[in-house]
Amino acid sequence: MHELGIVFYIIRDVKQAAGENNVDHVSAVVMNIGEVSTVIPEYLADCWRWAADKEPLLEGCELKVNIIPAVTHCDDCGKDYETVKYGKTCPFCSSGNTFLLRGNEVEIKEIEVSNN
Amino acid sequence: MDGVKIIEIKKSVFAENEKDADELRKELKDKGVYLLNLMSSPGSGKTTTLIRTINLLKDRIRIAVMEADIDSDVDAIKIKEATGIQSIQLHTGGMCHLDAEMTRQGLDGLDLEDIDLVVLENVGNLVCPAEFDTGSVRNAMILSVPEGDDKPLKYPLMFSVCDVVVVNKIDVLPFFDFDIEKCREYIHMRNPKARVIPVCAKTGEGVDAFAEWILEEVSEWKTQ
Ligand SMILES: Nc1nc2c(ncn2[C@@H]2O[C@H](COP(=O)(O)OP(=O)(O)O)[C@@H](O)[C@H]2O)c(=O)[nH]1
Ligand SMILES: [Mg+2]
Ligand SMILES: [Zn+2]
Ligand SMILES: [Zn+2]
Repeated sequence: MHELGIVFYIIRDVKQAAGENNVDHVSAVVMNIGEVSTVIPEYLADCWRWAADKEPLLEGCELKVNIIPAVTHCDDCGKDYETVKYGKTCPFCSSGNTFLLRGNEVEIKEIEVSNN
Repeated sequence: MDGVKIIEIKKSVFAENEKDADELRKELKDKGVYLLNLMSSPGSGKTTTLIRTINLLKDRIRIAVMEADIDSDVDAIKIKEATGIQSIQLHTGGMCHLDAEMTRQGLDGLDLEDIDLVVLENVGNLVCPAEFDTGSVRNAMILSVPEGDDKPLKYPLMFSVCDVVVVNKIDVLPFFDFDIEKCREYIHMRNPKARVIPVCAKTGEGVDAFAEWILEEVSEWKTQ
């Protein structure tokens, strides 16, 4: 189960950041997830709830997900296009000489801490 | 009250693993141990190819194997029986990939005293193993003929992180419309430097080229 593994990495990194910032409870974790990353946001949310509630630091902590649209760049004509729509083949010049510019991120953007 | 403080982190979940992997690589360098990460879809022929390769190499270098492909001891035992070398099963608990920390734990279970080469048979999966640096010196993958010559187009990341692509099961080429030249071209689109080695693990044909590559790599790692 890929997403559960990813959740454990998120928890590890959030714990570390919380420690560095003297935070004892995190109310939300905001993720940037690329559209063509290997992570499925719905599965991630399910795994998150299960694993986060086991940690006092993260009890009830919400997981917010920003989806980063995937963009591919064509090396032959120099244009960018939507990866999900056209895949590896450039819609402008039909070249296959293309690479992903963004859209495979699995990144912790920020954490939210309520101060009351 | 009710104010929310935002702490920016901006960190990839893979970043920590990359640090662990670099550290592990450095330790292996100091010990003179070469770690090869072998990946493929399930059933492409990792175990069969490994047995052939080990039998070609075992009198020249000292080898150990870590099996992570499935959660049973079948492959580890098969390797031990067919080659006589040290081989252990890593229990991944259903995880779909290995990271550097899990690899390190596996290495801790081996006697590395006079080992030159450790091969890690990774979990059979073309997706996430490509994202997690295990700490290996090189990555190799096996693509078998029945999977199709367009796999490099469908799994670009996997092909871009591999230094060698072994194309296995060439004995069945007559029965599939697998174009080996096209496949080579697709692989080189993802990684122009990748070596492509066609083999038939069943008969051993071509496996010597893979073994030779490993031998060169290991001696370079130990001397430079
Ligand atoms: N025809 C043919 N079958 C092969 C070849 N290499 C492996 N196999 C078969 O493919 C199946 C899976 O091989 P295995 O080595 O267990 O794959 P793994 O799951 O990647 O370790 C087994 O039934 C092997 O006998 C080959 O070169 N040709
Ligand atoms: Mg196997
Ligand atoms: Zn183009
Ligand atoms: Zn995975």
